[in-house]
Amino acid sequence: MRNEEFENEEIEQEVEVESEKERKVVIPGEVIVKGHDYLPGENTEKRGDSIVALRYGLAEEFRGLVKVIPLSGIYTPRRGNVVLGIVSNLTFNGWVIDVGAPDRAFLPLMEVPRFVNKNDIAEVMDIGDAVAVKIWSVKRRSIDLSIKSRGLGKLEDGMIFKINPNKVPRVIGREGSMVSLIKEETGCNITVGQNGYIWIKGEKVEDEILAKNAIMFITERSFVSGLTDKVKEWFDKQK
Amino acid sequence: MINKNKMVKEKSSDKESGFKRPDGRKVDELRPMSAKVGVVPNADGSAMFQFGNTIAIAAVYGPKEMHPQHSQNPQRGELRCTYNMLSFSVTERIKPGMSRRSQEISKITEWALKPVVMIDNFPSTVIDVHIQIIQADASTRCAGINAAALALAHAGVPMKGLVSSVSIGKLDKQLVVDVNKEEEDWEEGEGATDIPITLTSDGKLTHIQLDGKISTKQLKEAVELAKKATEKIYEVQKKALKDSVDLGK
Repeated sequence: MRNEEFENEEIEQEVEVESEKERKVVIPGEVIVKGHDYLPGENTEKRGDSIVALRYGLAEEFRGLVKVIPLSGIYTPRRGNVVLGIVSNLTFNGWVIDVGAPDRAFLPLMEVPRFVNKNDIAEVMDIGDAVAVKIWSVKRRSIDLSIKSRGLGKLEDGMIFKINPNKVPRVIGREGSMVSLIKEETGCNITVGQNGYIWIKGEKVEDEILAKNAIMFITERSFVSGLTDKVKEWFDKQK
Repeated sequence: MINKNKMVKEKSSDKESGFKRPDGRKVDELRPMSAKVGVVPNADGSAMFQFGNTIAIAAVYGPKEMHPQHSQNPQRGELRCTYNMLSFSVTERIKPGMSRRSQEISKITEWALKPVVMIDNFPSTVIDVHIQIIQADASTRCAGINAAALALAHAGVPMKGLVSSVSIGKLDKQLVVDVNKEEEDWEEGEGATDIPITLTSDGKLTHIQLDGKISTKQLKEAVELAKKATEKIYEVQKKALKDSVDLGK
């Protein structure tokens, strides 16, 4: 069964953010705070005595550390992320998988737990197949993948679509609250990849579409607080 | 063109009392500006920027893997700009596609933006910036650069800051800010000289072009005028980016 939520550091960070209400929109080059009491965090830079934003996003300060949470941009792979991808090429010892990052990701044949004849590699996964994988390592030019965990592997049936990867923490919700709500309401299996790919499988297509619409509803309102309650209301309206 | 009937011609008649621009603006007055981000939903980032009747749309894709492979730079990412005027953007239809002029402006746009875009951390990748001019009334490259800077920020590309661009014109001997088509075709006295200038938000020059004659002293004045004008443009850009986020408060 692939229905567990994948929580990692990024989600935990988001929880921290939600308790911290003072956030403001900043643009690249904008001074966030002045003074020597602050340290530059992610997507910021120190210029003279001020902390300057380097990306468009929401600035927040927590115990003197100033950082910018980006609102847009492509997916940056990180070690340990669970992502969904599409097989884009086969090699003699594994698969090249497109995970939506600028670099290519490689899944070695050795990761498959059973014996596979090197000529029959396409029988396990062929070009165009969707797969849930974990990022094993991020090197300068390539990403290595693993499928040796529970819930990972080839995705059969269901539907797959992509959202803005920066909104994934909101779709998962605090400790996976949002995604479990959608699962409860629709009875679908949902896997959310950190790269913004989402896989839904339900008994009926209608359930899958309902789940997809719910996720779209969340991505359109990703700045609203108390979103879980709003999603509940939305589900009531759909019935 | 929307406001053409507004532009009443009042030339030379009261030249003694001060310089009169064809559309009645002050010499340091910009045309009404507007900007919006997120106009192209399928792009990673996009923006529209308008100077009066000049409208530019920019769409940003990437960073993504550079193709063809031999153009990849393993040390840093590349910026690739394409400037294009749509065939209906001017009064007489222009042939669609790249021309000598659009190739030059594409390259100029790239150079104007490169100093602020931090793509060193994305080796072997490319960021594509596509600029389309949907309505042209001079200063199209400036509108294009302004839109592109907004679109890059909107795409979440790390940047040192934004850039703002404005064209300074020399009509006869008078310097004016933000020339329109009518002023570009000025024929009296020394005629018209167009100087597009791009500055970062902290007042550093990233691009300047000069096509005509001007004294060194007056060129310095032109840069000073541009500094004041780009401050106003920066405010418009800043507002466009900030307003696109609804924090639900």
